[in-house]
Amino acid sequence: MDSKYYIVILAIVAVIAILPLAMYSGLGEEEGYFGGADDAAGTAIEETGYEPWFSSIWEPPSGEIASLLFAIQAAIGAIIIGYILGYFHGQANERKKMEKEGEK
Amino acid sequence: MHIMEGFLPWQWCLVWYIISIPVVAYGVIQIKKITDENPESKPLLAVSGAFMFVLSSLKLPSVTGSCSHPTGSGLGAVLFGPAVASVMAAIVLVFQALLLAHGGLTTLGANIFSMGIVGPVVAWLIYKGVKNAGGSPLLGIFLAAALADLLTYVTTALQLSLAFPVPTFTVAFTNFMWIFAVTQIPLAIAEGLLTVVIFDYIMKLRPDILETLKVIGPRVKEKVKGVV
Repeated sequence: MDSKYYIVILAIVAVIAILPLAMYSGLGEEEGYFGGADDAAGTAIEETGYEPWFSSIWEPPSGEIASLLFAIQAAIGAIIIGYILGYFHGQANERKKMEKEGEK
Repeated sequence: MHIMEGFLPWQWCLVWYIISIPVVAYGVIQIKKITDENPESKPLLAVSGAFMFVLSSLKLPSVTGSCSHPTGSGLGAVLFGPAVASVMAAIVLVFQALLLAHGGLTTLGANIFSMGIVGPVVAWLIYKGVKNAGGSPLLGIFLAAALADLLTYVTTALQLSLAFPVPTFTVAFTNFMWIFAVTQIPLAIAEGLLTVVIFDYIMKLRPDILETLKVIGPRVKEKVKGVV
């Protein structure tokens, strides 16, 4: 696949992520939109009368801290991917250069 | 797909732990074996783990109006086999349970089962199936990643309705399927597409490693060689 198609694919992914925001534009958490599916399941379970028997040992004290930790999680992953794929990319370029020089 | 801390009766926590622990242990042995036999694949192991880290941290909105996240387990499973992906999923889930109060230690076994076992096994089987049928690796990886993602959530719905068959199993299952699986459909497609991009790029940069790992055949390798 040509690398130019990457942009097309990534654009489709962006549309998939943005479409719901456009569909429910103006609606927020207060109206019951864009909450987590995990929490929705938790609520459904509590409706059956079940009481959770254990709670998290530590919870991020606020939404801000939680988003900090999520950002760190994504950053750790992204830096590893970028570093290694960048390294591979450099190797591939170097290989190509050497092959070219060999042909001369 | 994270079942929240304390939201499964302890008997079920135990059941899922008993199923998951041997798989993760087997995965650790597999990782040792793969890195010993093929040290060149180590960076790819890190990339697949990192891919799971990134994707499972992205909570995306869905057309049902709630948010959920991809799992990222398809890539690791296709490259290294399902058990290795189980280990990666276990690491991600422990991180999220301890630092983010997302999922939990009591429900860890259940969450490893859905995200780290069912998803990767599905991905691996589908990729193999498409490959053996002569389909292109990109079609294989798309279907593998998308369906692994979706079935992870179906598994969570199943786990919850087994533990809470209120009023009946079928009603509970429909309910949880609506919460999890329907929300997940567009996100599964997004995950499939993202996995295609990273897989295609890896395939172009290092087809030799993918061939040693038996992910692509020699014919595909010749085709992608020298494209970058």
